[in-house]
Amino acid sequence: MSIPASGTPALSIREITKSFGQTAIIRGVSLDIAAGERHAIIGPNGAGKTTCFNLISGRFPISSGEIYLNGERIDQLPPHKINRMGLSRSFQITSIFQRMSVFENLRCALLWSRGYRYSFWSPLWMQRELNAQAEFLLEDLNLHTRRDLPAGLLSYAEQRALEIGMTIAGGASVILLDEPTAGMSNTETDYAMDLIRRVTKGKTLVMVEHDMKVVFDLADVITVLVYGQVIASGPPETVRANPAVQEAYLGALVE
Amino acid sequence: MNGAFGKSWLWIAAVAFALLLPWCFYDFHTARHSGFMLSMLSQMGMMIILALSYNMLLGQAGLFSLCHATFFGIGGYATVHFLNAAGDGDLPLPMEIIPLLGGFSGLGLAIIFGYMATKQRATAFAMITLGIGELMATAALMFHHFFGGEGGVSTNRMIDHSLFGLTYASGVQVYYLILAWTLIATLAMFFLTKTPLGRMANATRDNFERAQFMGYDPRVVRFLQFSLSGLFAGIGGALYAITYEIVTFDALAGPLSANALLMAYIGGTTVFGGPVLGAVLITLLQSGVSLMSNSWLVYVGVLFISMVIFAPSGIAGLIMGHKPILRAGKLGQLVVPYIRVLVPGLLLVLGFVGLVELTSFLTIGAAQGKTLVLGGNKIDVHATMPWLVSAIALFGGGAWLRIEARHFRRVWDGLMADLKSADGKAERVLA
Ligand SMILES: Nc1ncnc2c1ncn2[C@@H]1O[C@H](COP(=O)(O)OP(=O)(O)OP(=O)(O)O)[C@@H](O)[C@H]1O
Ligand SMILES: [Mg+2]
Repeated sequence: MSIPASGTPALSIREITKSFGQTAIIRGVSLDIAAGERHAIIGPNGAGKTTCFNLISGRFPISSGEIYLNGERIDQLPPHKINRMGLSRSFQITSIFQRMSVFENLRCALLWSRGYRYSFWSPLWMQRELNAQAEFLLEDLNLHTRRDLPAGLLSYAEQRALEIGMTIAGGASVILLDEPTAGMSNTETDYAMDLIRRVTKGKTLVMVEHDMKVVFDLADVITVLVYGQVIASGPPETVRANPAVQEAYLGALVE
Repeated sequence: MNGAFGKSWLWIAAVAFALLLPWCFYDFHTARHSGFMLSMLSQMGMMIILALSYNMLLGQAGLFSLCHATFFGIGGYATVHFLNAAGDGDLPLPMEIIPLLGGFSGLGLAIIFGYMATKQRATAFAMITLGIGELMATAALMFHHFFGGEGGVSTNRMIDHSLFGLTYASGVQVYYLILAWTLIATLAMFFLTKTPLGRMANATRDNFERAQFMGYDPRVVRFLQFSLSGLFAGIGGALYAITYEIVTFDALAGPLSANALLMAYIGGTTVFGGPVLGAVLITLLQSGVSLMSNSWLVYVGVLFISMVIFAPSGIAGLIMGHKPILRAGKLGQLVVPYIRVLVPGLLLVLGFVGLVELTSFLTIGAAQGKTLVLGGNKIDVHATMPWLVSAIALFGGGAWLRIEARHFRRVWDGLMADLKSADGKAERVLA
């Protein structure tokens, strides 16, 4: 691990399970993710990667186990409370505010962390600092030429970039990204990875990714999830050399 | 910030128009305002507030409420009691402030009911609000002390306490009071759309999960938006009570909730001012057409259905659709195509109205002993000719309209494509 484990892990998952009806989808997953770590989760389709994200971020309740964010238990909390404690996520299927402008999408993503809460008395057009921050993000994501367009009219790659921007806007310390480069061309993927590297600097990043090049480029630690269980977790070299991983997953993808 | 009040000239013009309007119908011989006009204009004011506050839910928060009249009605009933108390000298408040009390009554009830309804969203929310509406309608008939049963409760607005020394004996004074409050409420609702809550209401409408993962509890957003919309509906109800000096069951029952929905939808839910257009149009239909025809509700219904099918973004949405063409200075190219759809369109409408009126005079009209008069000539509803002419106009106009509509579509799509490619060029030049 490149980052020394100093004290409590940023994210700690202990023996979580999840069943939908009779079928067990997550069958006892434990993981410790250190602060500042870039952590990739890989695994075949249907392994339960997205489900894991859904459990961590509070979208679904877990069936058993415990989840801690910076040492505080979060597994019984609703998504918005978990988010306020410093965890933010993106979705495998792009999730933005389709009918609102690109600028408005980003400004909304900033609101809570800037203390506006449910205010119905502060006129947004007078919030200089907030608006400047949203404009800055817009530039940073290279979306300033699209400022006033409804977000639903952006190209696919632009929508993905916008969602990444919205995910990091609130200043969360732990970022979960679910296949941020899926469906992108090579140049788009390179651009997206640059962006992700830039905007998640100094944060803990957990990313589900299918593109092995991206994974081995970026990750400090790789976890391999197969059929709801972790079959290997460690630095890229060890995972790559792991025979179980070779057999179950990687062998088919990288020779 | 630029754009916050971008269309302010339009609003200022509308207000100036509303200020002058009563004087356009002033009879200098009798030195009196037209009572009919004043009462219609006053009604427009409260309907504008009702429709706009309904759109805080439907258009801005994506909440399909079926009990909006509940909060309008409670504002009305409460105001009757406030006025009575003020008249008795128990409530030392000037008339100009009383609508705010009606608003607070709406707010109070919306907080209670909103707490239940906004636990849910989408269909479940709609069902709960339907239940609330029914509950309140039943309560209105049960609790005589407050609601006065079938007959309603009445009051006298001349409480002899005004900030400006007005008596409110005349309709025109009441009209200006209503105009002032309509303006205040409209500005306040517009302001709300520019606040964090207003924006997050849009956000939870588009995608409530995303809002959750940005720290917002969509339930709280819904609850606050619902409560505030109840506040404004209550103000509308208070104006109702002041105008008519009586509030009955109609002010809170289902049909008025449906009306709020109709006005907001027909006017257009995607633009802030849309419901204003809807409220004006429906009130005109209600006061104007209802004098001429028994079947005005049929027309409103058909208008609503047509809007849902052909123009789901309402009148305002239709107008806004022309903005890019106007900006490109190409609106002129639409004049001829518009005339070409207008002619068969008119024919279709006339044919339809003809059939509806003939039917109505054959049934209800006959029972009331009325006869159908058109341009001074009596029309025999039992003869074949009028029926035949109407049917031909309806079906012929319809078939013709289909052809013209296709032509219109082609012209429109051509214009849009032109604009797009022009945009693309401009962008390439910039880049
Ligand atoms: N809400 C749900 N209800 C029932 N079953 C579900 C639900 N969500 C996921 N599953 C099932 O759980 C399994 C794991 O799904 P998940 O989406 O977590 O996989 P994944 O690893 O993200 O796959 P992919 O690489 O295709 O995104 C799948 O078999 C899926 O059908
Ligand atoms: Mg997945």
